[in-house]
Amino acid sequence: MKIAIPVDDKSIETSVCISFGRTPYFLIYDTETKESIFLDNSASASQGGSGIKAAQTVVDNHVEALLTPRCGENAAEVIKAADIRIYKSITGFANDNINAFIEGKLSLLKEIHAGFHHHGGK
Amino acid sequence: MKVAVLSGKGGTGKTLVSVNLAAVAKNSTYIDCDVEEPNGYLFFKPEDVQEEEIEVKIPTIDDKLCNGCRKCVDFCKYNALAYIKDKPIVFEEVCHSCGGCILVCPEKALSEKEKFIGKIQEGTSDQVTVNTGIMNTGEASGIPIIKKLLKQNRFEKDRPTFIDCPPGSACIVMESIKDADYCILVAEPTLFGVHNLNMVYELVRLFGKPYGIVLNKCMDEENPAEKFCLEKGIKILSKIPFDNELGSLNSSAQIAARESNKYDTMFSSLLQTVIKEVRCETATSP
Repeated sequence: MKIAIPVDDKSIETSVCISFGRTPYFLIYDTETKESIFLDNSASASQGGSGIKAAQTVVDNHVEALLTPRCGENAAEVIKAADIRIYKSITGFANDNINAFIEGKLSLLKEIHAGFHHHGGK
Repeated sequence: MKVAVLSGKGGTGKTLVSVNLAAVAKNSTYIDCDVEEPNGYLFFKPEDVQEEEIEVKIPTIDDKLCNGCRKCVDFCKYNALAYIKDKPIVFEEVCHSCGGCILVCPEKALSEKEKFIGKIQEGTSDQVTVNTGIMNTGEASGIPIIKKLLKQNRFEKDRPTFIDCPPGSACIVMESIKDADYCILVAEPTLFGVHNLNMVYELVRLFGKPYGIVLNKCMDEENPAEKFCLEKGIKILSKIPFDNELGSLNSSAQIAARESNKYDTMFSSLLQTVIKEVRCETATSP
């Protein structure tokens, strides 16, 4: 099963990025092959609608789960339309989250925020 | 004469200045372009209000015609389109109505549909024509509403028009001041106020508009906004005192110039200064 995590760096020791839509990279991890790949998030520099574009990247990589600290409503709509489950990531590094996910310790993300449209991190 | 009243931040007194100027000008037009939160009508309480809905065109997709090429998704700079489970989806509130996706679709799977984004109202208060733009909550841009508000046929040559702009210096403000003959910048006596004043100061210079400043909420202490004007050599049109009576009238949605002779005199004098400035500008740079 493939999972996606927004991350700050292109390394397995990276921290999870606090933003989904504007994360610099996505880590795509395959729980069977234990392979990780890092994708540039082309949406990070978007003027608007970055959540939608970032979600498209996640969908196009055929993942089954997204691990993220938070997610806006437009991004969530895209992710859910593609039947991808969104889990709330825990504080710590990407590999802590991968392990927690494999052990079934992550819960589904409940709070979907209304987005930060034009308001910069309000 | 079209006078735009603007400021870099909210709450500096744009509405106070534009409403009172329109009121003392008597036979005038007031246009509230702050479509996200219009409030001039609260003061004017206009009568005989006529309403018009404002619509924009957004794409609608015929899934049967779509071949999945994603040209529309790639084209959209606002990321208003996504392609999920073999069909495109449109995020209507993100769409800026540019129409590009419809043009780039090789299969003609996209076409236009109408979407209401707000309304404009026109009423009268004494001899003042009061126009208000109201945008529906959550819409991407109020510019189509402002365009409609500022349509040329709304202006009569000898009737002064006062445009109450949205706060800030973004596209929506540019649209509001585009056709103005003169800009009044309203500023607060704080460092934060100066920072925001500088933003609109740069904007009106970029647009080559003649401008002057109204210093609002003036106290006896040092005024950083006044210092800014002196340093830059900017014309100060008026100083409005930070005064309890004015604040009370304003916060109870009364038009100060209609309630008290003192404020009628103050805003009439500002109006005369502005008229003189505009005449001078049209004489020197027609």
